[in-house]
Amino acid sequence: MVPIEHAIALSGILFTIGTVGAIARRNLIVVLMSIELMLNAVNLALVAFSRLWGNLDGQIFVLMVIVVAAAEVAVGLGIVISLFRNRESMNVEDVSLLKW
Amino acid sequence: MSVLFFYVFAALAIAGALGMVLNTRNTVAAALSLVVTMVALGGVYVLLGAYLIGALQVMVYAGAILVLFLFVVMLLNLRREEFSPQRQLPTKIAAAVIGLLFLLQFLRLIDGAFGAPAAIPADFGGYRQVGTALFTDYVLAFEATSLLLLAAMVGAVILAKRRID
Repeated sequence: MVPIEHAIALSGILFTIGTVGAIARRNLIVVLMSIELMLNAVNLALVAFSRLWGNLDGQIFVLMVIVVAAAEVAVGLGIVISLFRNRESMNVEDVSLLKW
Repeated sequence: MSVLFFYVFAALAIAGALGMVLNTRNTVAAALSLVVTMVALGGVYVLLGAYLIGALQVMVYAGAILVLFLFVVMLLNLRREEFSPQRQLPTKIAAAVIGLLFLLQFLRLIDGAFGAPAAIPADFGGYRQVGTALFTDYVLAFEATSLLLLAAMVGAVILAKRRID
């Protein structure tokens, strides 16, 4: 039997790695992948709590998160392609026009 | 036995995630190490009794989303792009502090905060139970995702078109 606490701790570690990657990396594609990693960490927490309480609702939420992640990746990579075409760059610091 | 597999999968997932974030030279290798993380997480889902989610994780994440990432990375030919690993120091320090705070918060949970898991039926998390819940209690959310996917599809096509009129 898998200890639920350790599954939650694994989820926290993965979420932390994803957060640090999304903040500290400059490659736009790696930032998107870090966000995917954070979504996966949340999915793991939902599945672990679903197992803890014997309740299937968490797994339904995971299905919804997977669908949203697929949509987010499709739109995000579309933006990345159009950005690369216009700016010839993949650096997040080259696209800071909206930053205050 | 399943506990041993859980730790193996957990180590693989963490190693893949670190390999993705710390790899500053090669974006293709970063995407491939994220595939390792996704497959290992699929194994963890199966060990936690979410069989359908585990299969979908491998098919949708490792099979579709990461292929999309790899496709875009190779299409854009990013290898010659220079990304020096140095970012401004304040950002790095902020990232390290935030990461440390998150990690401490999460790791406080390790020492038995939850108690024993509930007893579950034998086919918990199988396609029959998840499918029944999806098409009865959550049918409205299920239908709403079709609208979301349609919007995402149209948006991606419009964004990636060569010229926006």
